Amino acid sequence: MIAEKTTTAQLIIDKISSSAGKVDFIDNDKLSKALLYLENKGIPTNKHEDYKYCNLDGIFKKEFKNIDQKLNAVSDINKFKLNNSVTIVIVNGNYSETLSDKLILKGLHLNAFSNLDKEGKQLVGSIANIESDAFIALNTAFSGNGFHLKIQENEQFQIPIHILYVSSSNSEAIVNPRNIIELGKNAEATIIEEQVVIGEGKVFTNFLSEKFVGENAKLTSYTFQNEGKNGYSVNTNQVTIARYGKYDNTTITLSGSLVRNNHNVVLAAQNCEAHLNGLFSAKSNQLVDNHTLMDHQMPNCESNELYKGIVNDKSVGVFNGKIYVRKDAQKTNAYQSSKNILLSDDATINTKPQLEIYADDVKCSHGTSTGKIDEAAVFYLNARGIGRESAKKLLLHAFAQEVINKIEVDELKEKVLHLFENEL
Amino acid sequence: MITIKNLHASIGDKEILKGINLEIKAGEVHAIMGPNGSGKSTLSSVLAGREDYEVTQGEVIFNGKDLLELSPEDRAREGLFLAFQYPVEIPGVSNINFLKTAVNEIRAYKGQEEMPAKDFLALVKEKQKLVELDGKLANRSVNEGFSGGEKKRNEIFQMAMLNPKLAILDETDSGLDIDALRIVATGVNALKNKENAFVVITHYQRLLDYIVPDFVHILYKGKIVKSGGKELALELEAKGYDEIKKEFETESV
Ligand SMILES: Nc1ncnc2c1ncn2[C@@H]1O[C@H](COP(=O)(O)OP(=O)(O)O)[C@@H](O)[C@H]1O
Ligand SMILES: [Mg+2]
Repeated sequence: MIAEKTTTAQLIIDKISSSAGKVDFIDNDKLSKALLYLENKGIPTNKHEDYKYCNLDGIFKKEFKNIDQKLNAVSDINKFKLNNSVTIVIVNGNYSETLSDKLILKGLHLNAFSNLDKEGKQLVGSIANIESDAFIALNTAFSGNGFHLKIQENEQFQIPIHILYVSSSNSEAIVNPRNIIELGKNAEATIIEEQVVIGEGKVFTNFLSEKFVGENAKLTSYTFQNEGKNGYSVNTNQVTIARYGKYDNTTITLSGSLVRNNHNVVLAAQNCEAHLNGLFSAKSNQLVDNHTLMDHQMPNCESNELYKGIVNDKSVGVFNGKIYVRKDAQKTNAYQSSKNILLSDDATINTKPQLEIYADDVKCSHGTSTGKIDEAAVFYLNARGIGRESAKKLLLHAFAQEVINKIEVDELKEKVLHLFENEL
Repeated sequence: MITIKNLHASIGDKEILKGINLEIKAGEVHAIMGPNGSGKSTLSSVLAGREDYEVTQGEVIFNGKDLLELSPEDRAREGLFLAFQYPVEIPGVSNINFLKTAVNEIRAYKGQEEMPAKDFLALVKEKQKLVELDGKLANRSVNEGFSGGEKKRNEIFQMAMLNPKLAILDETDSGLDIDALRIVATGVNALKNKENAFVVITHYQRLLDYIVPDFVHILYKGKIVKSGGKELALELEAKGYDEIKKEFETESV
């Protein structure tokens, strides 16, 4: 059993270690811990409770049995650029100075991991726990040359920071992008993290981000996933919020053969607030699996989650929302809602709210619904001359709108709307 | 305009329409009256193309076309309009976007170009005025949170926007106060011309004071049991439906 489990991990390690760069921003202690964890636990199969619907061991055995890590250079990312934002580009997991905008904004510091000072290095892996998940371990062992983005105290950026992760390979490959995003006290920023896969080969992206929201700081973050058929990814966001801090994330998933999101938010001090919103639209054999964790550790915090999914053909959608309310977290407000539409009889939705509450004075609620398209509404639209396809589009658009409207960057919102409609 | 011959329709194994015959010509207004459950809404739904009902016998010719062969959207594009007895609420779809889509899909079907936005908005304004519909309602989601009266007026507003050849109003008057009733009737009368026709389904004579029918039909247990001129509605009002029920009870099996 153990041997069976670890073969996949061992295979990955063998295949990617020769071409992986030196990960010297991660101390040896963590590195050996990561390798040890992989050796012992391996890549999760669907027997693992957290990966019940997302058999990654199976994916590696089937889709990535010929990894050869021949990655392509990328020289042109213009078509992905947004007009009104600064762009940071990561190619195959590594920060690209040439493709990224020169950041000359006051109060904004960007350092590639290879340039981190001692203090910076200490942040790497400080909140993402290697021993909590195989993909955190895998990223730690083989992390690309990511970056540390710091918004200095009291700096409020209006202009969004667009972080574009481009991966390209003509054969099977694994990339491990990683970053640290840190907002100092009273800082504010909007970041857009977008993942694209170009090139002919399948790319598995094992993304890891550690986000620190400082005291009274506000981080608005968007995750835009549109990797196409060749994209497979596990995306881990580990977030910690300080007093009066606020973290908002909206994750839009429009394509990708497999998209697994692990969004873990720790409300680590009093009076902080977190919002996670998600929208996915899946078809053919896609799997979109959103796992969230809201960890309420201190009193007077609020969290809110709204996830909406549309599944068509044989696709599978998963929402698993864990809420911990620890014993000190009195006066917690935590809400969670997951709504889904099944467009085909062969598509599936699995939802599971998991509430663990150890404090007594809290308000928590969760709701989940899965249904088909409202045929009475379709008929009403038909009766006004609107064809079935347009009627469906109008209704799905209406369904998705609640999440799309959370996007406050107009340019991104329009792009998402447009692509969302094309995907239907 | 439309010829309905021996139309039978059922839901499950329950036959609801049991041989309807009706001929409506351009320029005419027909009223269909009858007690609850006699099949008035079923008839409208079958004509509009709701798939829950199965047509087991009969035919319907609409402007030379076999209506029953057409999809619901094509029936609408050919000029059939049903004002629903229970208009559907569609959260998240704005009235205006919905109508724009409808207008343009109908135009595309006829091989016409999209209506320029300016013309469309002008049309919206004009027709809103006709049915005294609050401009704010146009930007709200279709029927969502509308009062009963607003929903019915919204149906007439949509009818005015789409300018159908044959409009079937399924109890558009029920639940309306006298003011709303007058507005609905004004809308219909303004749209009425020699080229179109209306079927007004109602329980009560009062709407027919405003929209004067050329013919009145009584539908009972899935059949038209009596037809006549506008005086039939008055007679029915005076006698009440119990008389009708008694009179035709024995005939229906
Ligand atoms: N979806 C349905 N399922 C079962 N029976 C129905 C359905 N719709 C209508 N009926 C039945 O068909 C008959 C006619 O209904 P309806 O057409 O709504 O009458 P009306 O509009 O004249 O009041 C009633 O007996 C009603 O119960
Ligand atoms: Mg009825």
